[in-house]
Amino acid sequence: MAAPTETAETPARKTRTESRRSERAPSGGWRTIAAKELADHIASWRFLVLLIVIAGLSILPMYFSSNDIAGIASQTTGSNPLVFLALFTHGASSFNSIPMIALVVLLVPLVGIAFGFDGINSERSQGTLSRLLAQPVHRDDVINGKFVAGITVIVVMMITLILLVTSIGILRLGIIPTGEDMARVGVWLLTTVLYASFWLAFSLLLSVIIRSTATAALVGFGVWLAVSVVGSFLIKVAAGLLFPIDTTASVQAQIGSYSAQQFFLRLSPAQLYQDVIRATLDPSTTTLFVTSSGQNTSAQQQIPSLLTLDQSILLVWPQFVALVALTVLLFAVAYVLFLRQEVRA
Amino acid sequence: MTDDRTNPSEPPRGVQRRRPRPTVGLNAKPRSATGPTHTAAAAPARAPHDPSDPETDLTDDGIAAVRPWDVEAAPAPEDKPKRRRRTVAELLADVPEDAVIVTRRLTKKYGEFTAVDSLDLTIRRGEVFGLLGPNGAGKTTTVLMLLGLTEPTRGVVRVIGLDPTREPLAVKRQVGYLPDNVGFYGGMTGRENLRYTARLNGIGRRAADARIDELLGEVRLEDAADKKAETYSRGMRQRLGIADALVKSPTVLILDEPTIAIDPAGVEELLSLLRRLVREHNLTVMLSSHILGQVQSLCDRVGFYSAGKLVASGPLDELAAGSDAAVELEVGVEGPPASIDAVALAVPGVTKVVPDDRLDHIRIVYASHDVAAPLATALAAANLPMTHLRRRGTDLLELYRRYVPEGLDGRTH
Repeated sequence: MAAPTETAETPARKTRTESRRSERAPSGGWRTIAAKELADHIASWRFLVLLIVIAGLSILPMYFSSNDIAGIASQTTGSNPLVFLALFTHGASSFNSIPMIALVVLLVPLVGIAFGFDGINSERSQGTLSRLLAQPVHRDDVINGKFVAGITVIVVMMITLILLVTSIGILRLGIIPTGEDMARVGVWLLTTVLYASFWLAFSLLLSVIIRSTATAALVGFGVWLAVSVVGSFLIKVAAGLLFPIDTTASVQAQIGSYSAQQFFLRLSPAQLYQDVIRATLDPSTTTLFVTSSGQNTSAQQQIPSLLTLDQSILLVWPQFVALVALTVLLFAVAYVLFLRQEVRA
Repeated sequence: MTDDRTNPSEPPRGVQRRRPRPTVGLNAKPRSATGPTHTAAAAPARAPHDPSDPETDLTDDGIAAVRPWDVEAAPAPEDKPKRRRRTVAELLADVPEDAVIVTRRLTKKYGEFTAVDSLDLTIRRGEVFGLLGPNGAGKTTTVLMLLGLTEPTRGVVRVIGLDPTREPLAVKRQVGYLPDNVGFYGGMTGRENLRYTARLNGIGRRAADARIDELLGEVRLEDAADKKAETYSRGMRQRLGIADALVKSPTVLILDEPTIAIDPAGVEELLSLLRRLVREHNLTVMLSSHILGQVQSLCDRVGFYSAGKLVASGPLDELAAGSDAAVELEVGVEGPPASIDAVALAVPGVTKVVPDDRLDHIRIVYASHDVAAPLATALAAANLPMTHLRRRGTDLLELYRRYVPEGLDGRTH
């Protein structure tokens, strides 16, 4: 239990220096709450377990694909950004060709849900919520503090993961990342945190609405499964029903059906996130129009060219903005509902 | 939305803080006519919360929320001519100078159900006030409104001269609160839980640790302080809750059902602890309870709550004396009970003597006033030593039965 106390001390010191001003300034209660929540998260079993699971699942494909990557590396000369980024994106044939990022796509929502599903309702069932709200903090400090703590713990987790992969890449393959490699990984980190925040906001919303933590967790994981596993499939079915095509359909009808499918796919945050990481981690991605299974089909048909980072970001800027908007929207709903809720059960 | 929340730094009085609302005329009337009491005089300057206007409704953190759909908050238009709306200043005109908790016409409705109905309450500095009533009578709702955790539908609340709906932080800085069914973070020790509260109150680490040590000593939890809160017994949690409420060095303490679900020995311990703390810390206390004995020994004044209404309030003996002109005395003597009758009837004021319907050796003496002393003298003179003398009605349970018709566990709905 030493860890949480240590972590919680830093903001406590801050609070002290501010205590004189606290009569005048609005309370900085969210910082105290975030520090306490963060300490709780980091000392918790769920943090440890998730970290081990995600680290294991990320490093395994990389380990198996290291031979392939070494092959790529020997063929290329100079500082080809593809080599370092291949650590994240290359799927080894001996591991069913699942790249590390595919597993991260699958698991990041889990992290977001795990640190939010019991945010508000556990305080309620423990009987600590009314005690907490009787302290001189604003009510929104509680939910803000919990959101900030959740994001922080996700950042910590993802940075740990990236450092792990990078260091193994350096040690085992001798790949030194270039500046642009690091920048691309940085953008990927940012996007991943954003995507996790979306799920965190979603699970916080569940914790506001659903009184039982177990139910909130089940609903959260159910939605995660639906979106991650069968989501894109369902969307394709829906698009096919709305814009049916058969073998005799004109080219225009086929294109219409296809763009409808694309539109529905882009409604899913998982698809938005996958678009962003495809563009940022793979500079050879020059278009996102083909989002079906083949990752490099479109690139292969073109003259191989690599986009610079800003071009890649430009390519997925709409997706990025949409992810931010979805996250803000979900958090706003949770925020407003929480402010309007009765303190009493 | 956050920008609108009440800023506790603003001077509580003297500064005009009017809502940006064109209909000021409703509240403008008797501002200068109020008495010298500071609470009342200060109220108009703080833009009186006209509760019947849905536009002024505030969310729990003082965020102005326009809720035109909340029709419940506003009286129906046809009611208006019948019940003249009184301004905050009018409502607070009779408030004494040293009032700490004041409510006037305080009403809270949940849909059709009225949880608190036109409550008028005045608690003065240094008083211990007991709010008595069965479960569901609206005690907790009242407490939540005092803390600004629930917004009143109608009426005025002032705690230490502040409106908890508008300045919740300023109020919560000075009010310690022990919720009913208080809970702690199970993974943290008792001491860590208190530290967290201290941090939320902006108390510096060193000052907080000293204060926490002192409080843990006072509630006798020194030994358990570094055990996880989830291992605490109910009574220990309640004591930790009292320490928790005192961490911020409050001037007002609000205890919601402090003795619920504690065994009798634990209750006794808790009560003596509370008595000592109230004395030592010079607190104004409001406690709610449906257990009677504790209030009797702890409270200066009590109020009986029933179905959201305060049916009676005052010092216990006044309440006891108040309602019945006749005084009932239970008297028992050594010897035949019937021998009381002649002696008792000879005492001036005694109207009749009847046998008790439950206890054979007891006679009930009815009198126009308290005749305990002359009766005892008369019985002694008649060589009838008394074994039992009790004035009925002073017992809280009987008062309770008298004032709360639905009984001890009767629910209002």
